[in-house]
Amino acid sequence: MIRFLIRRAIQAVPLLFVISAIVFALVHAAPGGPLAIYLSNPNVRPEDIERLRRALGLDRPLWEQYWSWLGAFVRGDWGYSFSDGRAVFVRIAERLPATLELVVVSIVAALALAIPAGIAAAVKRGGLLDRSIGAVATAGISLPTFWFGLLLQMLFAIGLGWLPSSGRTTPGGGDLIDHVRHLVMPATVLAVVQAASWSRYLRGSMIDVLSQPFVLAARARGIPGRRVLLVHAFSNALGPVLAVVMMDAALLVSGAVVTESVFAWPGLGSLFTEALARRDYAVLMALLMLASTAIVIFNVIADTAHALLDPRVALR
Amino acid sequence: MMPGLDGRGSREPEPATLPGARPRAEGSAAALLLAALLAAALAAPALAPYPPDHLDLDRRREAPSAAHWFGTDELGRDVLARVLYGARVSLAVGLLSAAVAGASGVAVGGVAGYAGGAIDTLLMRGTDAMLAVPRLPLLMIATSVLQPSVPLLVLLIGLAGWMETARVVRAEFATLRGRGFVENARAAGAGHARIIGAHLLPNAAHVVIVSLTLAVARGILLESALSFFGVGVQPPRASWGNMLYQAQATLATEPWLAFAPGLFILMTTLSVNIVGDRLARR
Repeated sequence: MIRFLIRRAIQAVPLLFVISAIVFALVHAAPGGPLAIYLSNPNVRPEDIERLRRALGLDRPLWEQYWSWLGAFVRGDWGYSFSDGRAVFVRIAERLPATLELVVVSIVAALALAIPAGIAAAVKRGGLLDRSIGAVATAGISLPTFWFGLLLQMLFAIGLGWLPSSGRTTPGGGDLIDHVRHLVMPATVLAVVQAASWSRYLRGSMIDVLSQPFVLAARARGIPGRRVLLVHAFSNALGPVLAVVMMDAALLVSGAVVTESVFAWPGLGSLFTEALARRDYAVLMALLMLASTAIVIFNVIADTAHALLDPRVALR
Repeated sequence: MMPGLDGRGSREPEPATLPGARPRAEGSAAALLLAALLAAALAAPALAPYPPDHLDLDRRREAPSAAHWFGTDELGRDVLARVLYGARVSLAVGLLSAAVAGASGVAVGGVAGYAGGAIDTLLMRGTDAMLAVPRLPLLMIATSVLQPSVPLLVLLIGLAGWMETARVVRAEFATLRGRGFVENARAAGAGHARIIGAHLLPNAAHVVIVSLTLAVARGILLESALSFFGVGVQPPRASWGNMLYQAQATLATEPWLAFAPGLFILMTTLSVNIVGDRLARR
């Protein structure tokens, strides 16, 4: 178990190297490089740009820059935001709670939708219920998230006036109920899209498990159907689905870019779009690296969880 | 007795049309809708009641009416005309970016699966790395840096979407490579190109086609998301995404501006996904 984890962690390191090179190359391929915003600013003189270029080490060979950036990044020195001069680390840290809140709530909601839907579809396979759930799920994965968000805003915020259209709290206010009311719509958008895809995975996984001999054996021993379904079958079907959930959870931290932007939710996704508008490369690079690292780590965790839940997957 | 728990499923071979499968009709309906959308996009100049950039400043921000079925925007342009012309851009980006993704994916996955060994490891680690970088943020940075024209946008979206195809093609090639008919071909003196072209690719075609349909839907969603953030297709040229971007500001007063483009995106991705499901079950 420990050896498995260590081996997977060691395998992840070169992966992160490649990712960091991709991210670095992309940002430095930009015309004007990371200083592009200053080039178009009439108040910044060419000699100032030259001074900045030397100060930031942008006149050195690319591999040297990459190496020192990587070294600093690993030590937690993520540089300073070009737009407001504060440490990138601080800017990210202050936005992280909002994103985590949104992501955790929407994952819980998505599971609450996907698990019953997936089980019901698998059990009633081929029936009207299965087909209806399948149709809703296909619609869910086809839905453009930003449009779904806009529709919810039009209906519940503008039309009915039940919910606030954007933000995390009412300025000045901010009791729990106010907080929850702000959370409902963005969390719904993320939850529906995730639930659509997860219910399809769970359905497939349940159908696989239900056709296996041990399910029949359990039934033959006289164990009630509901118990076979929920204990024997479900716990075996959950492994592969959990792996997908873990992967998507890591993606959500960055994939909330669209939803956070539509609802002006002050998390990492909004930070990303703000940084993008200002060409704030230090922030963009740090966010992209963090998201990728999270995905790689969650990948390892998902593999481990899968192996623990399913003894047939050897801990190699 | 609960259906599905009676154990019958384990013995019966799955018939071509599963009782649980989506009925054929649904796949055909989706294919028809898709064909209709494509036809409408191609025939946009004939179908559109007005030119897409025709300004009618006396009739700005009008709700849907007989003259303007989907209403008019802040410059008095006809939303129906813009949706039809936007279809050309959005569908072209979706289809062509999927072609780029498919070609790159087949190339990378094919080489990895056929060559095996160190080349396989190297290419697949690269694929893993690309899969671990969140796609939309990566594309947003690339497009904001490069400010792409539509062809470049197609290329970028395609290059961000080849990894899934590469994985399935690699798996398929790696299995097929050791099969008898491939060994026979090799023994008969067939070169690498012939083995890949005549023996491996045709047998992998099915998985490629399924992954292509997914890539089309994803390409359309990515284009619309990029345009929604203002870093995709640039105004005044209409795309479904940038129409939604413009609609967002006046959601409270002109909701119809947000309705039609989103509905067309949904119809397209939905029908592509249903067709893809149908193909995957075959």
